[in-house]
Amino acid sequence: MTSFHINGSLVMVDAEDDTPLLWVIRDAIGLTGTKFGCGIGMCGACTVHVGGRPTRSCITPLASVNGAEVTTIEGLDREGRHPVQKAWADLQVPQCGYCQSGQIMQAASLIKDFPSPTDQDIDAVMAGNLCRCMTYVRIRNAVKQAAAESRKVASDD
Amino acid sequence: MTELGKQSALSRRAFLVGLAGTAVTFGFAPGQGTAQESGSPPFEPTIWYSLDRDGIVTVNIIRAEMGQHIGTAIARVLADELEVDWTNVRILLVDADPKWGYMQTGGSKSVWVDFPIYSRAGAAGRIALIEAGARLLGVSPPQCVARRGAVSAEGRSISYGEIVRRGSPAREFTSNQLAKLPIKTPSERRLIGQKIDALDVPGKINGTARYGIDAVVEGMVYARPKIPPTRYGSVVRTVDDSAAKRVKGYLTSLVLDDPSGTVPGWVVVCATSYPAAIRATDLVMVDWAAGDASKVSEQDILDYGARQIAAPRGGALVVDDPEVESAFRAAASTLERTYTTNSVLHAQLEPVNALAFEKDGRFEIHTGSQAQSTILPVLARALGLAQDRIILRTYLLGGAFGRRLNTDYAIPAALAAKALDKPVKLVLTREDDTRFDSFRSPSIQKLRLAFDVHGKVTAMEHHASAGWPTSVYVPPAAMPKAPDGNPFDPFAIDGADHWYSVGAQRVRALENDLANRSFRPGYLRAVAPGWTNFALETFMDEAARMTGADPVAFRTGLLDGAGRNAGSAPSAVGGAKRQAAVLKRAGEKAGWGARMPADTGLGVATTFGQARSMPTWVACVARVRVDRSSGAVSVEKLTIVVDAGTLVHPDGALAQVEGSALWGLSMALYEGTEFHKGEVKDTNFDSYTPLRIGDVPDLDIEFVDSTEAPVGLGEPGTTVVAPAIGNAIFAATGIRLRHLPIRPAAVLAALASKK
Repeated sequence: MTSFHINGSLVMVDAEDDTPLLWVIRDAIGLTGTKFGCGIGMCGACTVHVGGRPTRSCITPLASVNGAEVTTIEGLDREGRHPVQKAWADLQVPQCGYCQSGQIMQAASLIKDFPSPTDQDIDAVMAGNLCRCMTYVRIRNAVKQAAAESRKVASDD
Repeated sequence: MTELGKQSALSRRAFLVGLAGTAVTFGFAPGQGTAQESGSPPFEPTIWYSLDRDGIVTVNIIRAEMGQHIGTAIARVLADELEVDWTNVRILLVDADPKWGYMQTGGSKSVWVDFPIYSRAGAAGRIALIEAGARLLGVSPPQCVARRGAVSAEGRSISYGEIVRRGSPAREFTSNQLAKLPIKTPSERRLIGQKIDALDVPGKINGTARYGIDAVVEGMVYARPKIPPTRYGSVVRTVDDSAAKRVKGYLTSLVLDDPSGTVPGWVVVCATSYPAAIRATDLVMVDWAAGDASKVSEQDILDYGARQIAAPRGGALVVDDPEVESAFRAAASTLERTYTTNSVLHAQLEPVNALAFEKDGRFEIHTGSQAQSTILPVLARALGLAQDRIILRTYLLGGAFGRRLNTDYAIPAALAAKALDKPVKLVLTREDDTRFDSFRSPSIQKLRLAFDVHGKVTAMEHHASAGWPTSVYVPPAAMPKAPDGNPFDPFAIDGADHWYSVGAQRVRALENDLANRSFRPGYLRAVAPGWTNFALETFMDEAARMTGADPVAFRTGLLDGAGRNAGSAPSAVGGAKRQAAVLKRAGEKAGWGARMPADTGLGVATTFGQARSMPTWVACVARVRVDRSSGAVSVEKLTIVVDAGTLVHPDGALAQVEGSALWGLSMALYEGTEFHKGEVKDTNFDSYTPLRIGDVPDLDIEFVDSTEAPVGLGEPGTTVVAPAIGNAIFAATGIRLRHLPIRPAAVLAALASKK
């Protein structure tokens, strides 16, 4: 039995230790915003936060998150109004949308780690997130806009 | 049905869950219903939408929502004519039903096809509401104006919702009347062409968007296939699942019996969870007798095509002017070049999947599809059921790019569900998806030009051999016919029938039957224009250089709009002159002719997008830098000008060109695979490497301001980029590359041989 918190709720999971976290989140817990793309950690569609760090859930064994705090796209912000989500809506980033939960989770970490990200920071941090629709121009602009919004909120506080 | 905007909530108390169905799941809020209030029925003047007692308009969308925000564009067209407030408009992605007609989404045709239909449907509703509103207001219809969901006259007004509440308008329109309804002139439009947020975006930002892979039903089992070694002709000899039996949750391995012939040699491994199905499938040992394609590789297919092209007969003459041979005999000089392209994968990010089950005597298929009407008869054959006993439910598509025009993945899910007599959710892993892809065929083309003594072009030939996607499922008798009477696949030759005036012209389309026997050639974003324009636009550059002409001036000289290139209403008004205009504009914007730094060059290309019947005029100037030591090509900037006529949803249009242009770049430099002994070489994103964010160049995209008929935008941007890059590499270094993809090794080899 593995137990962890997901989006603030405690969950106990009866599954084999090496079960990829992705399928526990999607099929057992039923939070389907996290997506399956490649199964080898090369596309980033399955990105969630574990202990606040962006993590490829498709290659993360269940046992490794025992006692951890896991956040998915559904839990990033209760109202779905995280600065990254607001920028994504404002700049109309998604096309098919399938990779975007992973992009948003990755970008949310990025702007925390790099409050004023350069293009090089964005290239480095977002390189692992493939967008097959190739919405990259808007992803870059939205990351910058979200970072600016977060800086403004921080300075207002 | 998928209703966008529906939310699911997760309670914050602890809950216990388990894979393999052994533990109880709780803690979810009940699903929110969508039941309508009872009361007066909604007003439905056509099948395309309804207007309820609250004035809410629900637009029925039959096209696949796969990233192009098509529901938003179509709803804008309808709402503009209907004169309703945009905030009162909803879209509904409907399930398949014969009443919708042919359900298919492809060829960048949705807005082009649907614009007149939804415009007139909206106009019909507005006319009926004005008549009913006038009656209720006690005035005559000509005194009334409809705006923002209300009918007004003499300072009084009645809302559409109230009109419906007081008894829906009874007015009916025959299809003949509908077809004759006048629609607004461009200056009267209020919504079309205005910036708007797409209706499908919110759910794609908060995790609530529902794709096929998210479909669930009570009691379903999970399944993953064992993909046979060849697409066709593989036969299962033995299945050994003894090792798989040690996997907790493993149920069974089914050898599919497929009367439709879609998935010969498939074994489907079932388990109580998907990770168990993945693991068990890896452990199930299947011994197959492989089909003939196990002896076929990429070069065999290209060699086969070369032999077809060398043979004077065969294929279909799509364009065949009488004086081609005499013009070449009389030529003062000629140019002949051969171009090749490798296989390209769809690699849509959502691996293909389907949920199938029988319920109340009908079979339900839950999956994302671009072609419900194409797969339905195949499902009927596979299941031995009448088509009216099969229901295709609609979901969002996690990328498609033509892959889901083959909804072939629905067949094994349905067959497994029938065999097990249980709901089966079949999901392919990335590797399975790739091995089952109907990828873009390799191609080989030979182009020839004849010049007179003054350097004027007098004749042209274009021969193209590739796998044909359409002949996979359309018998020869039903295929489109070329003027010479021979069947051909337009999607496998589009682009070669260009708008340049080249004198006597011949275009020959050859079905590479070795390709068609060895794998299932698919439609991939733009299909043939992805390879025909690489050849044509590289060739035009070579021809310009040969005659000492500027590549832009050479092309504009041939885009004179003479004869068959004059264009005609409704979709090609202006013809080649519009192509010349985007080309000139792209050159101006990109600083064509400016001096470039060392090893840096500008290259140009222009196309008409998809098809002559629906031209989207596109031009691109690429600025690239070549690293002579590594052979790496860096694309620094793409300047693109597009004339797509009226833009219904301008931001969506821009998004499509951004994405499709980067697709063109990705296919030119970063993608491409090879067929090897019956299978593609690259099966996951470790070795198949589409463009990532760090390699995205500056994009400068401009649309021509136009009120001409709206045409397609999903694919045209892909068609100009590869030749523009190749031509820029020539401008930078003097090396000419005639094969896609362009790999550093090929650049280095060409640089070395030039020395």
